[in-house]
Amino acid sequence: MRRLLYAPLMFIQLVYQSVYLAISQIWANKTRSILTTIGIVIGVASVIAVIAALTGLKAKILSQVETFGNNSIIVQPRLPDMGPKRNLSWWDVRLRPNEFEGLLEHCPSIERFTRISEAGQQMVKYGEKAVQNAQVYGIEPAWHEIEHRAIVTGRGISVIDESRAVCLIEPELRDKLGMDKDCIGESIRIGFRNFRIVGVIEKRSDLEIGGGGQERYEIIIPFETTRKFRQEFWVWAFAESKSPEVLDEGVAELKFFLRRGRHLDPDEPDTFRVESLKSAIQTFNNIAIMVTLVAGGVVGISLLVGGVGIMNIMLVSISERTKEIGLRKAVGAKKSAILTQFLVEAVILCFVGGLVGLGVGKFLTLAIAHSHALLAKTYIPAWAVVLSFAFAGTVGICFGMFPAIKAARLDPIEALRHE
Amino acid sequence: MSQQANSTNSNDVIIRLQGLKRFYRVGVEEIHALDGVELEVRENEYIAVMGHSGSGKSTLMNVLGCLDRPSDGSYELDGDDVTQLSDAELASIRNERIGFVFQSFELLPQMNALKNVEMPLLYARNGWFGRSARAKGALERVGLGDRVKHRPNQLSGGEKQRVAIARALVCNPSILLADEPTGNLDSKTSENILELFDELHKQGQTIVMVTHERDVAQYAKRIIRMQDGRICSDLTKEQDEAKRQSGGDTSGKEKL
Repeated sequence: MRRLLYAPLMFIQLVYQSVYLAISQIWANKTRSILTTIGIVIGVASVIAVIAALTGLKAKILSQVETFGNNSIIVQPRLPDMGPKRNLSWWDVRLRPNEFEGLLEHCPSIERFTRISEAGQQMVKYGEKAVQNAQVYGIEPAWHEIEHRAIVTGRGISVIDESRAVCLIEPELRDKLGMDKDCIGESIRIGFRNFRIVGVIEKRSDLEIGGGGQERYEIIIPFETTRKFRQEFWVWAFAESKSPEVLDEGVAELKFFLRRGRHLDPDEPDTFRVESLKSAIQTFNNIAIMVTLVAGGVVGISLLVGGVGIMNIMLVSISERTKEIGLRKAVGAKKSAILTQFLVEAVILCFVGGLVGLGVGKFLTLAIAHSHALLAKTYIPAWAVVLSFAFAGTVGICFGMFPAIKAARLDPIEALRHE
Repeated sequence: MSQQANSTNSNDVIIRLQGLKRFYRVGVEEIHALDGVELEVRENEYIAVMGHSGSGKSTLMNVLGCLDRPSDGSYELDGDDVTQLSDAELASIRNERIGFVFQSFELLPQMNALKNVEMPLLYARNGWFGRSARAKGALERVGLGDRVKHRPNQLSGGEKQRVAIARALVCNPSILLADEPTGNLDSKTSENILELFDELHKQGQTIVMVTHERDVAQYAKRIIRMQDGRICSDLTKEQDEAKRQSGGDTSGKEKL
């Protein structure tokens, strides 16, 4: 009965004294402990950084999908991987404004579509103030229904605008140019032409893939107006299927329509890319899984190396302290007590490494978050912290077990005689 | 109950060895380190075990200290047969009933005197609470009440051995086993340590000490001489003295 009462107390006592002994031992060999844990630090830091970056990227991409909706399809030019057309230049396969004529009649699953033109970076002037790098896009009225960006004041681009010199600007640009809150009807200079502001549109919640700078302004003009800047320009298109169910049909119809328009033979590959955002996300998810696996492999190797380092140092420590182990056994330490002591020491080493790794990982995460707008949402999810600690602990137990067993099995007489 | 009857019968016998043997295999050769040792140690005895190197006295100490198991024969400690016990049970016995004092002190250098003395209590079943008070008490018993916070490298050889003795006493062992306790000390310090043993003996402590120095053995009340793994003489100090006066060497064959 007394034994039963003592058992939990003995266990707590054993763990407590093991932790106490382990910490004092680690503290006594600071330099060695630091060097030993570097492997674990690197392992944990890289787990944290990779997971944080992927999580951030995913959050970013998902938030972008929200602005576009589930039915969105993007149409872009593409160089085929094979066939005689693979040697063409990007300019040869560009989408032309007239390629989309009659699209809605031929694609019954498509609800609406908009061509988008790139008029390039232009200088914007209002009075004395100027902004150098405004990105000018041409759109069609359907754009407002596909990309859900709120009009703050005024109106959007409509059918009546045709090729008139009107534009939508973002509130940030309006403030930068020092205009009134209500700037509708004001005239600004874009490039060498005057445009009238008809509306203020809210900033895109997230920058598109490829956009990097913090200071980036968009100006929206009617599609046909793009010709005022240049005769030939880049075009791509957004389309929306009638419902999520017919999304794949919509993609197929668009492909068929474009292939026919481009007179591609049945055995020729596409010279354009039609992709639903959903499938783009799918692709991203697949890439994310691949990256995670590769990173997981690298991290696994570094944890393995770290674990071997821990094992090595524990073996050294045990052979240095053979006499101490002998003495402890002589005064009554059981095998289990010695085993626990060294196992706890290895696990604590790993946890300390994990903790430092977490700090380094946090630092890396901050660095990643500031490196690119796309990764700005990078953060460390709680499960990653738990996971990395679980990893560190497992490494400690796995690689600490062998030395600890070795220590526990030492014969006290031999150990005491050891020099 | 039967144990109690047994112990009253045998008149406070702490240790009883019967036909104790210990063999080692070295290659094909078998070494008989202990070859049939018969011994009884009663409470509050003070015994010196003497013998040349290879006589088996160290092996005897190891077996008495439950660090080693006999190959044959029986060993009763406080009436319990310890030859049948598991490793864990032997560890408990070492912890609770045996105190070791080594020739080279075996203090842990990174810990102060108090922590060194506390160490056996860490492994004791009921040593958790009040262990520093108990350790302090043991240090005071060996006259080191003022050296509690000193580390081994700040202590003299004699003081180190006193700390080691305090560590051996802290669990109130049935028996104190000392293996050449003065082997690393100068004669003046040795005398101090032996006086301490004397005092502990007077307080009722049972002591078994291994030594090869006659002067040291003179402090004990009973002197056992070993040869070739057997006890070759087991006499009181006075008898041993008389025998040495008359017969010179004491390699006689008389047994217990």
